[in-house]
Amino acid sequence: MHSFGYRANALLTFSLTILALMCAIASLTDNFNSPSPTASVQILNVNRFQKKSTGDDEVAITLDISADLQSLFTWNTKQVFVFLAAEYSTPKNSLNQVSLWDGIIPEKEDAKFSIKTKNKYRFIDQGSNLRGRDFNLTLHWHVMPKTGKMFADKLVLPGFRLPESYR
Amino acid sequence: MDWQGQKLAEQVMQIMLVIFAIGAFLTGYFMGSFQLMLFIYAGGVILTTLTIIPDWPFFNHQPLKWLEPIDAEKHPKPEVTGLISKKKTSKK
Repeated sequence: MHSFGYRANALLTFSLTILALMCAIASLTDNFNSPSPTASVQILNVNRFQKKSTGDDEVAITLDISADLQSLFTWNTKQVFVFLAAEYSTPKNSLNQVSLWDGIIPEKEDAKFSIKTKNKYRFIDQGSNLRGRDFNLTLHWHVMPKTGKMFADKLVLPGFRLPESYR
Repeated sequence: MDWQGQKLAEQVMQIMLVIFAIGAFLTGYFMGSFQLMLFIYAGGVILTTLTIIPDWPFFNHQPLKWLEPIDAEKHPKPEVTGLISKKKTSKK
């Protein structure tokens, strides 16, 4: 520790190592958070339901999404990425997941929301299997940390059904 | 700084950084602010830098005793001239 450079180097490496440890422990504290999110989705209207020229079905719908995701936020949360997916099975695929809408929630205050929106991304089937199809709308979220592990979970909202015929 | 000062500087650095880290973490955690934790820790790093990097007088309380110039004459440097030629003949 005799020269300035020696002491400066020791201080730099030790302080950065301690900072890494602090970030690791901060990430560990996220495990103590037991969140209780709620959500509900309604389909306000089926705007269009056609078979495209390629032979695949396409649906355009207007959704009413309301959720309270405030309990997901901790001191170590940078943002929450949330998306709504339609999930259903067809003879061709045992599971189809189509993302209809997503959003980024940067602050805890913004995590309690209720919006009416058309589907942000197109709901197109691989084939022509959507008439009269029962499907779930599943709300997925990714809690993105400021440092450390990302937690992802979902809430399944079952009981939706597409019309029997095109409109 | 002297030898004891170097030891003191290292100990002070380690203790200060660990205490600031623990304090910053607990404060940030209970106040719910990650940014606050980083600010307190950064302040602690700066304070530690100012404490141990410069050559403060309190690091020099047991200064090294260099010989006086007059003593150096009593203990002259040993001569090295004869050694190279003797290398081949003497074996000890």
